[in-house]
Amino acid sequence: MSAFLVKRLGFALVTLWAVLSLVFVVVRIVPGDPAQVILGDQADAAAIAAMRTRLGLDAPVFEQYTSFLAGAVRGDWGVSLVTGRPVIQEVLAVLPWTIELTLVSLAIGVAIGVPLGVWAAVNRNRMPDYVTRIASLLGLSFPPFVSAIILLIVFSIMLHWFPVISAGRGSFSAWFQAMALPALNLGLIMAAYITRVARSAMLEVMQEDYVRSARAKGVPWRVVVWRHALRNALIPIITIVGLYLGILIGNSVLTEIVFNRPGLGKLIVGALNQRDYTMLQGMMVIYTLIVVLVNIATDITYALVDPRVKLS
Amino acid sequence: MSTSVHDAAPAAPPRLRWLKATIGAFNANKTSWVGLAVIVAVVLAAVLAPVVAPHDPLEQNILSRLQPPHENYYLGTDYFGRDILSRLLYGARISLVIGVASTVIAMVAGSLIGMLAGYYGGRFDVVVMQAMDILLAFPSLILGLILVAMLGPSMENITIAIALTSIPSFARIARAPTISVKERDYIGAGRALAFSDARILGGHILPNIFPEILVMASLWLANAIRTEASLAFIGLGVKPPIATWGGMIREGFENILDSYWLVLAPSIAILIVVFALNVLGDGLRDAIDPKLKGER
Repeated sequence: MSAFLVKRLGFALVTLWAVLSLVFVVVRIVPGDPAQVILGDQADAAAIAAMRTRLGLDAPVFEQYTSFLAGAVRGDWGVSLVTGRPVIQEVLAVLPWTIELTLVSLAIGVAIGVPLGVWAAVNRNRMPDYVTRIASLLGLSFPPFVSAIILLIVFSIMLHWFPVISAGRGSFSAWFQAMALPALNLGLIMAAYITRVARSAMLEVMQEDYVRSARAKGVPWRVVVWRHALRNALIPIITIVGLYLGILIGNSVLTEIVFNRPGLGKLIVGALNQRDYTMLQGMMVIYTLIVVLVNIATDITYALVDPRVKLS
Repeated sequence: MSTSVHDAAPAAPPRLRWLKATIGAFNANKTSWVGLAVIVAVVLAAVLAPVVAPHDPLEQNILSRLQPPHENYYLGTDYFGRDILSRLLYGARISLVIGVASTVIAMVAGSLIGMLAGYYGGRFDVVVMQAMDILLAFPSLILGLILVAMLGPSMENITIAIALTSIPSFARIARAPTISVKERDYIGAGRALAFSDARILGGHILPNIFPEILVMASLWLANAIRTEASLAFIGLGVKPPIATWGGMIREGFENILDSYWLVLAPSIAILIVVFALNVLGDGLRDAIDPKLKGER
């Protein structure tokens, strides 16, 4: 177990280093001088030179690289070019919003997706299966901003059940009002993905010998499905859920824009529009960090769910 | 020695066999035909846009701004008085061109990487696939967003950005079957005859893994169209006033409180195309995936 963890952590560090290096290179090979881009076409040479110094672009490349890496490790990601506040502060200020949204959506996705997938698998090639398959295929065809807009039109504009701007906090009802539509949007799309994985994982497991044995010794069908089969189908489901968290994070960007909810997504789009390069660098680091942590969490979950996994 | 091993085989001419296999794959899951029909209709509409569009997609008519759907403008008009239906038809061209181009680039580059990694194996395989895994782990929308922002939102750059985000998936799809195919006897025979690696890969491995790659391409085309629309919605699409579906939703979103048909029409258009492609790809995958075949 510990050898496995060390290996995974090693891979995580390599990933992080690779992405950081990539960020460093990309920012420098992009056509045009970042200082020029930030200040615009009218800027004079002195202002550009000053900006280059401020960005650290006048130092030798290797020195820039080491100080960039050292800064990234220390959590010193520079200062936002727009607000003047440290990037890490800006990121940490909105991070809870995104994490909260992601976790609630994931919970909704699992709560709907797993039972639906099992139900479809048990009723293979009968009505419940067909309906579930078409519904899940439709669900994963929705661009997240399209489904978000439809939810917004129906529940906020037509029915007035929820506010148009989902940024409430404080009391539980304010939290719920702000969370309901964005989380439902992401959760339903997630459920579509999970349903399909759960269905095919269950179909595979149901053909195993131990399922037949359990039936043969008189274990009730319900127990066979939910205890014996689902337990073993969980591994592929967890793998995919771990992989799809990347999709979920990407989708949350669009959801945050539509529902006008604070979070990493709104931060990155704002940084893009204002050409806030230091902020973008920091955002790429934080996204990579999240992805790497999710991967490790997924690996650990395997071990907890399935004692057969030796984690080698 | 010019005929390859499997051209020499049975009765039906190769082209006809290929056609038969394709029709068979479609028949395995009849919904594939429905998906195909919808896609063909959309492609026709996009190609014939100059003929069938009732108005010029760029023509502004300030007197008829933000009109709800009626007989002159079947889907209403936008903030500048432009006809939504015409913009929808022209927008289909952008979605399809960017979608197809980026998917083809990703398919070619990704398959090549995957095949080479699978074929040569060893350290090369480990390093390449590790790099692919890192790319794959990164949220593709964020990656595309940053790439387009850095490169600038032109049609070529958007295409390249979307292609880059899907290369790792194609590499993975191509690698696995390459590894299993390369152990077969006929590949060994090819080696014994001193065929070059390029000839073995192109002439003998590629035809074997091509159906699988093609099916994945239809699913990734759906993804590419969705990503293009998402980028345009964020503001990283082909520059206005050119009509794109994502851009139309972005513009319509400003007036969502009183004119929600502005966002509804392009939203439904995206949904139909993506859903049709998914139905098509999903049906075909059932047909060619031997593991799922027995289940049908």
